[in-house]
Amino acid sequence: IEHLILHHHISSVEKLSLTTSGCPLLIQCRNFRVVHFVVPRERDCHDLYSSLLRLLRPVSFDELYAFSYNPKQNDQQREEGWQLIDLSAEFERMGVPCDQWHWTDVNREYKVCDSYPRDLYVPVAASKPIIVGSSKFRSKGRFPALTYFYQEKKAAVCRCSQPLSGFSARCLEDEHMLQAISKANPNSRYIYVMDTRPKLNALANRAAGKGYENEDNYSNIRFQFVGIENIHVMRASLQKLLEVVGARALSVTDYLLGLESSGWLRHIKAIVDAAIFLSKAVTAEGASVLVHCSDGWDRTAQVCSLGALLMDPYYRTLKGFMVLIEKDWISFGHKFADRCDQLDGDPKEVSPIFTQFLDCVWQLSEQFPQAFQFSEWFLIQIHEHVHSCQFGNFLCNSQRQREELQLREKTYSLWSFLLSEQHNYENPLYSAALAERNPVLEPSTQPCHFKFWTNMYHQYDRTMHPRQSLLKHLLAVRESSCALEKTAHELEAVGARDLSVLLHVVPPTLMCGEGLPARSDGERTVEGSSATENSYAELQGPFGAKAEPHLVSLEFGVARMTC
Amino acid sequence: MEFAELIKTPRVDGVVLHRPFMPTVEGTLCLTGHHLILSSRQDNTEELWLLHSNIDYIEKRFVGSLGTIIVKCKDLRIIQLDIPGMEECLNIASSIEALSTLDSVSLMYPFFYRPMFEVVEDGWNMFLPEEITLTLLTDEWRLSSVNKDFGVCPTYPQLVAVPKAVDDDTLRKVATFRHGGRFPVLSYYHKKNGMVMMRAGQPLTGTNGRRCKEDEKLINATLRPGKRGYIIDTRAINVAQQAKARGGGFEQEASYPQWRRIHKAIERYNILQESLIKLVEACNDQSQSMDRWLSKLEASNWQTHVKEIVTTACLAAQCIDREGASVLVHGTEGTDSTLQVTSLAQIILDPCCRTMRGFQSLVEREWLQAGHPFQQRCAQSAYSNSKARLEAPVFLLFLDCVWQVLRQFPCSFQFNEHFLVLLFEHAYASQFGTFLGNNAAERLKLKLPQKTVSLWSWVNRPQEMERFLNPLYEPNNLVIWPSVAPQSLLLWEGVFLRWNRSSKCLDEAYDEMVHIIEYNKELQSKVNALRRQLAQLETGDGLLETP
Repeated sequence: IEHLILHHHISSVEKLSLTTSGCPLLIQCRNFRVVHFVVPRERDCHDLYSSLLRLLRPVSFDELYAFSYNPKQNDQQREEGWQLIDLSAEFERMGVPCDQWHWTDVNREYKVCDSYPRDLYVPVAASKPIIVGSSKFRSKGRFPALTYFYQEKKAAVCRCSQPLSGFSARCLEDEHMLQAISKANPNSRYIYVMDTRPKLNALANRAAGKGYENEDNYSNIRFQFVGIENIHVMRASLQKLLEVVGARALSVTDYLLGLESSGWLRHIKAIVDAAIFLSKAVTAEGASVLVHCSDGWDRTAQVCSLGALLMDPYYRTLKGFMVLIEKDWISFGHKFADRCDQLDGDPKEVSPIFTQFLDCVWQLSEQFPQAFQFSEWFLIQIHEHVHSCQFGNFLCNSQRQREELQLREKTYSLWSFLLSEQHNYENPLYSAALAERNPVLEPSTQPCHFKFWTNMYHQYDRTMHPRQSLLKHLLAVRESSCALEKTAHELEAVGARDLSVLLHVVPPTLMCGEGLPARSDGERTVEGSSATENSYAELQGPFGAKAEPHLVSLEFGVARMTC
Repeated sequence: MEFAELIKTPRVDGVVLHRPFMPTVEGTLCLTGHHLILSSRQDNTEELWLLHSNIDYIEKRFVGSLGTIIVKCKDLRIIQLDIPGMEECLNIASSIEALSTLDSVSLMYPFFYRPMFEVVEDGWNMFLPEEITLTLLTDEWRLSSVNKDFGVCPTYPQLVAVPKAVDDDTLRKVATFRHGGRFPVLSYYHKKNGMVMMRAGQPLTGTNGRRCKEDEKLINATLRPGKRGYIIDTRAINVAQQAKARGGGFEQEASYPQWRRIHKAIERYNILQESLIKLVEACNDQSQSMDRWLSKLEASNWQTHVKEIVTTACLAAQCIDREGASVLVHGTEGTDSTLQVTSLAQIILDPCCRTMRGFQSLVEREWLQAGHPFQQRCAQSAYSNSKARLEAPVFLLFLDCVWQVLRQFPCSFQFNEHFLVLLFEHAYASQFGTFLGNNAAERLKLKLPQKTVSLWSWVNRPQEMERFLNPLYEPNNLVIWPSVAPQSLLLWEGVFLRWNRSSKCLDEAYDEMVHIIEYNKELQSKVNALRRQLAQLETGDGLLETP
């Protein structure tokens, strides 16, 4: 058996104390894999340890795997991969530009906001001086810009960062900007301003000259805190969660209490709650909403993207989900490089913000098994590659950085790769007709409907998984149905023709090949199923010691272990 | 006694019914001897027919002259009836209370119920004990009728399987040494390696370590030469120690040198009942935070009980299948945790028990015949305030454990989750006689086969059966080893969250899954038919010859 681990996936390497069989090395990965192996000679172990440490800490982007990864595509194929997602086409799909919203070139040179994309959409009534003025009053220059347009009610979802209001500062341009957003929606007299932070955090920010909108200064806004915690709380929460579920011989009590004290599900619920608030304001009240947090690239991205996912069935398709990530996460400058620790950087910047978004999507897919065109495997695969640095999409912190590094010329796009194996990621229960009938999802927010995502956080621990995968089974059945349809079609065509042709047309493979994959012993359908893997109790003596890998080698980009 | 005496007000008009996730209905409320019925002239509304025996607890509230009765059912559903008129409301409430707590078994609905369907296969005769056990028997085992008048063990059936080498006199002696006369009997025979699982009541060793040569002889007679066995005591060691003071105890190593004893801690009685009450309370609390939910779920301990039972069953299965050892399981009486373990172990080991018929047979054999006191255990469910000591969701926990294994092996069971939910419902309240009484002797006395209809007679009709069949089923002859990690054991939403979420999306998804599989089957038969046609064309001569 061979195990390959991408260096980029490794989040920590730890040398444990020497044992009789050798020197144990514990590797923890960002895709929640934990590898524990024993190197017979301490010296080798030390060498391995120090080389890993060196390799784990790339200092510049061009050291990342994406720059050496070559999937044997020509330039044209690569180019096509990058062209797959076109955000201006996406805004057109929403009905923008329109009489109230238009494209602006104000950020053409990334001069107004270097973490925003070049192409932005703003109310027609917001002139350039207003935009520029507003941007100066917003943290990191992230002024209010359109991210989703709900055509049916002409309600907009805009996003920005916190205002630099301190205790009393005002900015007329910013007030105008919000007024313009409000006026652009003829269906509602007010707009919601959602500050996704807990009120205390927002208050504390005022002392640093930042803060939140004073309702007295802005006409017709309804201000709302929604209380999602910051990146540091989320980082600690995931760490605690992984400690809890990683414990050996975990009891139900420790599991549930650990789940509670980690706060992970509480945070997930807070994000979903905020997205529901956003979706209801837009779809039910027809009001426009401006969403922000501190810098507007973490919680804001979570809430805007999840809210749009609730409102618009398109984002629940494979392609639409890619567009959504490309729009609300990549183009609006979620700092993937910092949050996912791509380069040797500040550990305090690392945080599982995007993982939480995927977790929220999974929670929804559990409540609405037919609403998503993709299965959890798609989410897990995206998560894998957000950390793998194998594709260019998630590298860097902003569009501007990506252009500087010429990622489109030097790396490949994940999306075309995922689409090429789309059939693996499809949800066989998906119903497009249902999406048309009930376009807006209204999930339950009762705590009991939020669950721990075993297949994500234990994706490498097969002993935890259901032993027979429903998803895999249904995909196989569907594939078999496709083959059978084809066969039936051919047989009907043959039957209609002359007999003499028959013998040549029906290839012998048709006579047995299709149908469900043959299962001789059932062994294949029952995975990871052995009593020894589960350790039910303390019977005398070990039932068989686990084979230790005895060969460890480091190659470019991967650690290779062979048993 | 006439039911009419108990019904103070037989009907009230203008009653409004609120049910979870269903539109409210206004109509006429009628009380009969066994049912609470609400029918309406409104179109497209479903009538409510609720068995009084399904009512666990009722609450009354008044606002002015409008009374409200909250009816809490044993299947965990909560419905609300708004009744105009205080007197009517009080009358209805006291009638329901009286009718839902009838003392006499023979007044229960199953004795009055007449099936609207033709009984094709009588469930009462489906699983005769001879048939059940004969199929298992080898030349090492025999059927004994030592208990034919229920004199040796009042909670055993008339026929039990015992080692051939042990005669009935010995059995009688052993019975005096085992709690409730429950001497060790065969529960399961593992065809693969000839190992067996037995169950019994605790040995009555008492504080001075009483021995019983016959008991030792019987148990050792089940071991093949040179083989060892395991005794799984479902109580923690300290609980088993304490049992000695009350005359019970456990097998001492010195007396049973070929056996190794393992203690597991499976809870019983009021601890389980409290656990269920807490769990259901947590599930029904709609206004709580995540932290409160998780801590209440934890405090209920329900999932801990599930894990403990599954783990113990896996341990028993592991001893038999992997260690090649025979196993004896007992707790105190041998009617509760013992049966959870022996029956779940069979689900893991024996593919037959994962079929529709096999599972019914398992319930019949390991629960009904084995003397699990259903009537006592299922008298009240999660909403009852009464401090009765005999109620406990032992069978519900077993069903929960089966669901956990089913969820982990979704293609290995011929029946689906709905079937498990059905058994839960009928164990607590039913029109069928199957779960009445506490043991075989009581059932015989009540003449249930003559006077009531069996649940199996109804379930096994093709029309009904279809709903309970798992479309994903593919027979699988393997031993299936479930994961017992807390992350792998989920809350059984189909029972505990059933009434506080809309099941529409999940039901539709299930239907779609059935559709995908049915479509595949249709295509397969279509292709096969086309092939046959073509084959006939190919041998065209033959076709011409036949007129």
